[in-house]
This record gives sequence, C-alpha cells and structure tokens, in this order.
Amino acid sequence: MSAANPFLPSEWERHKEAVTRRARGVTLAVTLLLSLVVVALFVALLVRAWPALSWSLLWDNPTDKGKTGGLWAPLIGTVWLVGLSVLIVSPIGIAAALYLNEYAPAGPVTRTISLAVTSLAGVPSIVHALFGLGAFVLFAKMGASLQAAACTIAVMNLPVVIAAAREALAAVPRSFREACWNLGGSRWHTLWTVVLPNSLGGILTGVIFAVSRAAGETAPVLFTGAVFFRSIPDAFPARLVPYGLEDPFMALSMHLHVISTQVSQMPPERTFATAVVLVGLVLVINSVAVALRVRLRKHRKW
Amino acid sequence: MMPASARAGVTRGQTRSGRATSLRSPRAKSRGLRLGERLIEGFIVLCGWSSILCMAAIFLFLVREAAPVLTHLDWHEFFTSTRWIPAPAKGNPAHYGALALMVGTLTTTLVAMVVAVPSGLAAAVYLSEFATRRVRETFKVIIELLAAVPSVVWGFLGLMVVGPVVSELTGAPLGTNLLTGGLVLGLMSAPVIVSISEDALRAVPDSYREAALALGASKWDLVKRVLFPAARNGLLAACLLGLGRAVGETMAVLLATGHANQVPHSLVDPVRTLTAAIAAELGEAPRGSEHYRALFLLGVVLLVFTFIINVTADLVIKGIRRKGEST
Repeated sequence: MSAANPFLPSEWERHKEAVTRRARGVTLAVTLLLSLVVVALFVALLVRAWPALSWSLLWDNPTDKGKTGGLWAPLIGTVWLVGLSVLIVSPIGIAAALYLNEYAPAGPVTRTISLAVTSLAGVPSIVHALFGLGAFVLFAKMGASLQAAACTIAVMNLPVVIAAAREALAAVPRSFREACWNLGGSRWHTLWTVVLPNSLGGILTGVIFAVSRAAGETAPVLFTGAVFFRSIPDAFPARLVPYGLEDPFMALSMHLHVISTQVSQMPPERTFATAVVLVGLVLVINSVAVALRVRLRKHRKW
Repeated sequence: MMPASARAGVTRGQTRSGRATSLRSPRAKSRGLRLGERLIEGFIVLCGWSSILCMAAIFLFLVREAAPVLTHLDWHEFFTSTRWIPAPAKGNPAHYGALALMVGTLTTTLVAMVVAVPSGLAAAVYLSEFATRRVRETFKVIIELLAAVPSVVWGFLGLMVVGPVVSELTGAPLGTNLLTGGLVLGLMSAPVIVSISEDALRAVPDSYREAALALGASKWDLVKRVLFPAARNGLLAACLLGLGRAVGETMAVLLATGHANQVPHSLVDPVRTLTAAIAAELGEAPRGSEHYRALFLLGVVLLVFTFIINVTADLVIKGIRRKGEST
C-alpha cells in the first residue's frame, strides 16, 4: 500500500521521527526535572520564611543571638565588606585586563597570565580563607578586621573582574583604536578616550557580578574578620557606618551559617528568613547586572 | 554605521585632550604628561602580573604557615591512615591521618558528578538542539542567577530541606550525610555544566548538522555521532569545571554532609571533606599549633588538587580553540 503512495513517510522516516521525539522528550524531561527540583527548593525556602518576613527584619538590629530583632547589623556589614573589596579589586582588575588585551604581546607571557587567571578563579574559597588569614590577618598584621576580609574577598574576585573587563575591552572594534592612533593619539590616550568609554558598560556589568559573588561568600570571611555578634548603634546616621576598617564586623552570610548550626532553639522561620534576605540581596544585584547587559546589547552602536 | 560611531568616539577623544595635543607636534607634549603616562602604563603592567602574583602568594603563604610541620609529619600516616586526632589527650596522642577526609571529598564529589553530569549534559542538549530561541535565552538567565546563589544558602537548603527528605526516603538516621551533600553539590555544579556544555554544543558549526541531516541521520544520531564527538573537548572541560567547583566547595558540604571523620560504607553515612575539616577546625586550632599547621597542609593538598583539575580544563579548552582555528 505504502509503495503505491510515494508521499507517505517511509518506515525509516517514521522511525527517525519517533527517535527524535523520544530524544526531545527525554532531554526535556531531565531539564524540567532539574528546574523543578530547584524551584521546589526555593519555594520551600520562601514558604517557610514567610511568617518571619517583614520590613523591620531588615531595619532592626539583632538581639538575643539573632533570635529576636532584625538583620540590620549583618546586612550593613556585608554592604561595607562588598563595597571595600570592590574598591580594591576594580582598579587592579581593570588595569590587568587592559594589560592583557592592549599591551601584552601575544605569546607565552599572556598565556601564562591567562592560565593564572583561570586557576585563580578555581581556587577553593576555603583556601582563600587560609591565604587571607596567613597573608592579611597575620603577615600584614591587619588582625581579624573589615580590611583584612575585604582584601581576601578582593583577591577572590580578581579573576571575575579581569575576565569580564577583558571581554568588554575585546568587544571594542580595532578600527576605533586605529582611528585614534592615526590622529596622533598615544597608546594610553587612545585607551583613556576611546577604548575605556566604549567598554565601560561591559566592565561595569563584570564588576556588579563580582559584587554579587562577594555578598554571598562565607568561608573567606570566617577567619579573616567576620564575627557572630557585635553591638552597633541604633541611631540613624551612626548605624550606616557602624564598623571601622580595623574592627571585626558582622556579615549576613556568616550570620546565616552560625544561626543555622550553632544557636540552639533558634526559631526555624528566622533562619529561613535570613536565607531569603541573603538570596534576595544577591539576586537583586545580579538582576541589575543582567538588565544592564541586555540594555547594552540593544544600544550597542557597532 | 561603523565609521560614524568610530568618528564619534574619536571626536570625543580630541575635544577632551584638545589643548594638549592639537596644532602641535606630539614631541611638543609636556614632559609631565609623558611622565604621567609612563607611570600609568607601569601600573598597568604591574596589575597585569597581579594574577600570577596572587597565585604565587597563595601558594607561598599556605606553605609558609604549614612549613614547620612538613619536616616531622608522618607522611605515610597522612596519606594512608584515617586517624585524624588533632586534639591530643592523655593516652591518646595526636594523629594526622587525612585519608578519611580525602575519601570524603572524593565520594561526595563522585555522587555530585553522578547527579550533575548526565542531567547537565541532557539539559544542554535540549537547550542547544531542541529548545526555541526564547526558551533558551530564558533558561540561560535562570542558570546564571542559580550560579550566583551563595553556597551557604545551598548548604542551608541541604541541611533543612533536602536532608529531612533524604532521611525520610532512605530511613537514614541523619539527614546530613553523603547522599544529601552529594545531591546539593550536584545541584550547585549543574548550572556550570549546563552553561558551558551548551556553549560548546552551539559552537559546532551548523554545516555539521546539515551534513548529518542530509545523510538521513535522526536528531538523536546527530547528537550522539556528530555533536558529541565534535564538541568533546568543550563538554569535557565543562565537566572538569563542575568537578573543580564540587571539590572546592566548602559551606555547602560543611552544612550538609554531617561531621564524621570516617570512610563511608553506604550512601547515607555521614562524611567529612577536606574543605569542611578546615572550616570547622581552624577556629578552634590555636595559632601556630601543630593542628593549625596540619590544617594549612590540608589547604595545600586541596589547592594542588583543584589547580590540576582547572589547568587540565583550561588546556582542554585551548585545545579546541586551536583545532577550531586550523580548520
């Protein structure tokens, strides 16, 4: 019958169709399963945190080992930690990217540096913690302090910033630079007036990603300056700058770690709420970076 | 389009520096300006080397802190014994056998990879070959956000949500065990694997797909016989980077694997990994004590492990790139 009608699919074609459908189904199922598990986890997080979520949770200082009060002190500590570490890492990381992309001759040197960047990105966070303890807290005599922790986090984020800045610099077309050279601009002049302004958005995106990563890190601050409790002023202007550079400080990630493992009779919804605040902080920062990138791609002039 | 924007960029450059350079030969530039440029370029070169300096400094400082114990440590015991007794008591001398910790790291990583590699590859195949553009873009953003979730939150989820479920299903007395830790680590590594393997699959030229389909291959044959071999290095690198993340992960395993310095006999035994041992014990170890030094030594071991994994992944990726250029 089928031989009579040449437009009917042959057996092989039907077989192919079935195999393709099966492959599509299986991979789709796995993708959905992975997503479902993750979604379920975060929904569980949100649901169990719900009773404890309120604005005063963000604004009040913690009392009684975090069992009552809010999360202001660790939150502002994280903000300062992240801000300082980004101030340290941005100039160094951007300059390193400039060197790699604009100055360094292609060859073994550049290859070695790139290799160092990737291997630095793969160093476990606890090793960064050991390094921070050995180098900044002890050797540089900073003590366990905000500055030591910020330096540790900065080293950790160096490869993130370098990689992002390098990508942004590489996206500026060569013709832009050539035009400036031909007008007599020096190398640095070209970078400062043509390349950097045109790659600023991309670099900024990379820095924001570094910020979001820094906000969630726990292991590197465990031994370099974060403490579980420090009382800070409740008064308005003073509560914004509660820690000096040489003071130990509270951090949100560390706070979550301690209240979920070491404080007995901690109301569970409060630990869940702390996790929600931490995830929320990181996701908000990240979404800013993603939105910025989408905007940049849309408005790119070349 | 291109010349216009290039012109715009250059005009900006001219106006900003106009006074210094315009109408004069470059040689007439003030000496101070040139000195300034020299200084800035010196700074740039110095920063260029920063990643090498950091890498070297990390290694040096770890070895420096561990150094005093290196000479009199029983190396045979360190690698073959499971007796990790850092706080000696009377009649119970200190022992530094890290075998159980290494096995702990190895087994949790293995469980994580068993979870993450097949599911990650399948998801990557779906996103790259079957999904529509819009679905793919959405998933890419979600994966990026997932990769940003702090590890302490993953650990917390393992402890409070996954753990109870695992102990309910398997009847294990403790929710925090090898399986829970491995599952959480797998979920953490999956985004890395999906994202990089998807890139690798999409980097395979469409002409390969067209050739295979023209020869009458089904989509599954295409994936299995054409795309996987063609993207082999990229997929391998993706798995290696996921592996690197799992081996080095600290907070998640600290919270979710339970603390038992033992070689696990079943999937639901609690274990302790190298990273968790450092994180849990460093706070209690007095500075400069033998215990403290031994923890830094664990750090060196961990650093060497991950360094090898990451450099291998990097070389594998470079390998594809070179091959791509030559063809």
